[in-house]
Amino acid sequence: MTKLNLDANILRPDDFYAELIAAHEGLSKAESDALNARLILLLANHIGDRQVLGQALAAARKQQHKA
Amino acid sequence: MTRAPAYPYIRSKDQDCATPARHPVVVVGAGPVGLTAAIDLAIQDVPVLLIDDNDQVSHGSRAICFAKRQLEIFDRLGCGAPMVEKGVVWNLGKVFFDERQIFEFNLLPEAGHHRPAFINLQQYYLEQFLLERLRALQAAGRAVEIRGRNRLVALSPAADGVALTIETPDGPYELAADWLLACDGAASPIRTKLGLDFVGRVFEDNFLIADVVMEETPDMPVERRFWFDPPFNRGQSALLHKQPDNVWRIDLQLGWNIDKAEQSRPENVIPRLRAFLGPDARFELEWVSIYTFQCRRMERFLHGRVIFAGDSAHQVSPFGARGANSGIADVDNLIWKLKLVQKGLAPASLLESYNAERVAAAQENIQHSTRSTDFITPKSEISRIFRDAVLDLAEPYPATRPMVNSGRLSLPTTYEGSPLNGPDSANLPANTRPGAPMMDAPLAQGWLLEALDARFHLISFNCKVEPPSHLHGLDLHHIALQTDADGGDYLRGRYLGTAKAAIYLVRPDQHIAARWENYDATELAQALARAIGREP
Ligand SMILES: Cc1cc2nc3c(=O)[nH]c(=O)nc-3n(C[C@H](O)[C@H](O)[C@H](O)COP(=O)(O)OP(=O)(O)OC[C@H]3O[C@@H](n4cnc5c(N)ncnc54)[C@H](O)[C@@H]3O)c2cc1C
Repeated sequence: MTKLNLDANILRPDDFYAELIAAHEGLSKAESDALNARLILLLANHIGDRQVLGQALAAARKQQHKA
Repeated sequence: MTRAPAYPYIRSKDQDCATPARHPVVVVGAGPVGLTAAIDLAIQDVPVLLIDDNDQVSHGSRAICFAKRQLEIFDRLGCGAPMVEKGVVWNLGKVFFDERQIFEFNLLPEAGHHRPAFINLQQYYLEQFLLERLRALQAAGRAVEIRGRNRLVALSPAADGVALTIETPDGPYELAADWLLACDGAASPIRTKLGLDFVGRVFEDNFLIADVVMEETPDMPVERRFWFDPPFNRGQSALLHKQPDNVWRIDLQLGWNIDKAEQSRPENVIPRLRAFLGPDARFELEWVSIYTFQCRRMERFLHGRVIFAGDSAHQVSPFGARGANSGIADVDNLIWKLKLVQKGLAPASLLESYNAERVAAAQENIQHSTRSTDFITPKSEISRIFRDAVLDLAEPYPATRPMVNSGRLSLPTTYEGSPLNGPDSANLPANTRPGAPMMDAPLAQGWLLEALDARFHLISFNCKVEPPSHLHGLDLHHIALQTDADGGDYLRGRYLGTAKAAIYLVRPDQHIAARWENYDATELAQALARAIGREP
């Protein structure tokens, strides 16, 4: 079974993070939500592997934000 | 408009009997499911009486989309050809979101099948063809009878049969049946009278269904158009489909909490249709009505001597055209089993496999239907966000197009894990594993499925075997095929894969019971016993 990579895997993470935030610049909350949804769908399609996607969903769901 | 009765009331001698006449099988309801059941029983030499409270084929807008598997079933019953001839075949689908077309798809049919993936045909034509077939069987001396304006008003089930009270224009009479098939539709009086209810997820939606006749318009090609959230039906969906005789089906989703009477008045309907079809379209309303769809099933379809099939047992929303299609598959599954039990060739427990297999199929259909509905009418804010994202991305990229769910084509259920399934061989192709329906393929002459009738078949591929022609009191019909003949590539791909030879045991409903790479008489005998419920 392919395992979801939960180790750091992105080169120059600060650049990516800035890019991610910049992609949302000037968008309303609704537009941002829509962008996030499109992004998730595109990335999920790229990954394709249902097992990896399942693990990612579970990992994301487990780590709920504790306010 | 009054139409001539398709099967007028005629007084039967049963109405003058001192003691109720007893019939081996009484089928209640001459909809597509009851008619199919009666034809199959007649073909399999089980005397059958079909009653209906009406004397007409269905009128108005109901099922229009009939799938390949059901056409194959009708071929076995001897009435597929006129349906395919009359029906409309379409391949092109267009999907619209808001004001624009986002993509189109071509459902190019998989080659090497006799029948198309589906046809569009008005339900009244389908029922007409079934009725003609039933009449032809009757004329040929088969013990099949249909009685119009015979309404079942009371029943009392016992261990060995069911007592029935039938209301007619001449007053009531009594009947007895060894077996009662409840094909009496979604509102099933039989289900209600027995106090049986539904389980599972229930949801409802309202649809305005209109059939309009349009003059031949060159810019109205044979295709299916589906709209998500269109300007002329905000927040809802719309569907346009072509039927024979220049009739177009329009489904406008209306949502909950609507005033049905108000919505179906022509002065409210016509402007909506005009907004939809464009200002220049010239059309006439053939039929319009509002339907409330539910999605649910009975917990069990088998209740002693009363057996439910079709809408009486399960209902789905219209997306994916699973209502009539799955009801027809129900009786395809049921009738051969009922025949064997009725003739004492199989234990009554064989019917439990009808329950197991068709409950699983209903569950599968309800799941598809639920998923389509959830995509078409998102139930939460986040689900709408994702739905819209899928649709927005579908316009430029192929990536999310497979997720666009405007109803999934009705496909036959594979009876995974059925108690009737026998041995499998891992080398053979997955699509034709035990439980799956046979896949058609061209033969040197004709088609594979044409070679199958309502017997058990042993099909050998590329090997010489001499199986018995009778086993456990049943006919076992042997068909020997070679894949070096014409059409051999399809046969090889569908039944052999990388194996050199194979032997398939096929049930009367054309589902695969067991398969091997080598013939073994003992294993065959065991598998056949298992397929007729003789092994626990
Ligand atoms: C708008 C619409 C679109 C649809 N589209 C599709 C589609 O494209 N494809 C598809 O597969 N399905 C479709 N369906 C579903 C399909 O029409 C039904 O699933 C199908 O008609 C069910 O067949 P049935 O024989 O079980 O029941 P019915 O067709 O409802 O027949 C039941 C019969 O029982 C009779 N009856 C009832 N009570 C009694 C009684 N007490 N005594 C004697 N007789 C009685 C009735 O008169 C009736 O003739 C659609 C349905 C609708 C409404």
